[in-house]
Amino acid sequence: MNTTYWSWERFFEALPIVLDGLWMTIFLTFASFAFALIVGFIWTLLRRIPIKPFNWIVTWSMEFIRSTPPLVQLFFIFFALPVIPVIGITLSPVQSAILGLGLHYSTYISEIYRSGIDSVGKGQWEAAKALNFSTMDKWKKIILPQAIPPTVPMLGNYLIILFKEVPLVSTITVSEILLLANTYGSRNFAYLEPLTIVGIIFLVLSYASAFLIKRLELRLNKRFDKNALAKSS
Amino acid sequence: MTEPIVQYRDVYKSFGDVKVLKGINLDIHAGEKVAVIGPSGSGKTTIIRMLMTLEEPTSGDIIVSGENLWKMEKNGKEVRANEKHLRKVRGDIGMVFQHFNLFPHMTILENCMTAPIHVKKEDKHEVRERAIQMLERVGLGDKIDNYPSQLSGGQKQRVAMARAVVMRPKIMLFDEVTSALDPELVGEVLEVIRDLAQHEDMAMVLVTHEMDFALDIADKVLFLDEGVIAEQGSARDVIEHSQNERLQSFLSRFRA
Repeated sequence: MNTTYWSWERFFEALPIVLDGLWMTIFLTFASFAFALIVGFIWTLLRRIPIKPFNWIVTWSMEFIRSTPPLVQLFFIFFALPVIPVIGITLSPVQSAILGLGLHYSTYISEIYRSGIDSVGKGQWEAAKALNFSTMDKWKKIILPQAIPPTVPMLGNYLIILFKEVPLVSTITVSEILLLANTYGSRNFAYLEPLTIVGIIFLVLSYASAFLIKRLELRLNKRFDKNALAKSS
Repeated sequence: MTEPIVQYRDVYKSFGDVKVLKGINLDIHAGEKVAVIGPSGSGKTTIIRMLMTLEEPTSGDIIVSGENLWKMEKNGKEVRANEKHLRKVRGDIGMVFQHFNLFPHMTILENCMTAPIHVKKEDKHEVRERAIQMLERVGLGDKIDNYPSQLSGGQKQRVAMARAVVMRPKIMLFDEVTSALDPELVGEVLEVIRDLAQHEDMAMVLVTHEMDFALDIADKVLFLDEGVIAEQGSARDVIEHSQNERLQSFLSRFRA
């Protein structure tokens, strides 16, 4: 064996090229996540409309989106959607990526919202009614302030999972880090260093975010309830 | 006598196949203090929960200040009340719950201020003053910035009463408000109710197992048994003169 498999020279040559795609990866993570947060909220609202057949359609649509692979959805949106008559639209790679990933994750996000809302006890709803809150104020002042904090760690975890799914969009020609690493690899017949870089980037960022979310979770727990009790009495 | 502020007219309520209330007819007058007693499962709580619009009657009418609570006119026809109608009518009614149901994400003071400010659109400073006064009256003037989780059960229930009174309801409902409390905390809560009964001119309906207390403060006592009002009258009438055997045997369980 006379070849060195690993070259630091190549590593440092590839590093800036791959890092160039990092902003795109991060942008897509947050853009898709924001999209998922909003659409997830819409799912949650739609599911609360008490009309049986309508409810059934919503639940089934969500199930369909959740049960098909995000990669298939991305391909469909990018390659197949434009050729469908009437509703067919052509989206740019980035738009397709945000729509695809966002829509897929919106179904999970909606589930999290629901668990948050369900965690607010029946007594809170009754107290809101007894004090004659309007529907809007009931949600704004009573239900959501209690429903949201417990979901923050779960939402954070989904943000990290989504972040790790972003390389999927390299398949629809979005220049994020995996695509750039691959391009470098095929040009130089050297995949080890660029792909290692991609791995390291994901490791560092996922680990750091997980750590931050853990901290956030602790701080949220510290707010009302348990710890407040320990502090005063 | 003036027109009653609440009238139940032949009210029935079933949960699935279980008939809980079987024809309730009842008048509550302005300022009247009514105690509802009876064995568990007799439908006591359901009576006041329907008035608070937490349960819908299966049939019959509940009239509040001349308005049908659960029904409204639409194109000359009587239809089921929508949320807008319910909101309008239940504005006169307040309730204190067995499990307090304070808002855990708000301080004690905020708990008492949020509804007058956001529901009745009252002036913030005026509400604040009134809420503090009320909290002082229930003995919690030094706790206004604490969160509910920092209070004992008895203190929480006193906050819940302050929160309801600050809304200035014409009718206050008390749903077994001492049942979830440790025995040594019951007294402080009853004391507040007694104070309210003596000094506030709102009507009060107490569903309670504190028999002596109920008979002591109530203008009218209802004995509910198997879904009907089996006996009603002044406390003295009900206790001393009732021939109802089930009432006598029920009362005897509270006499040591």
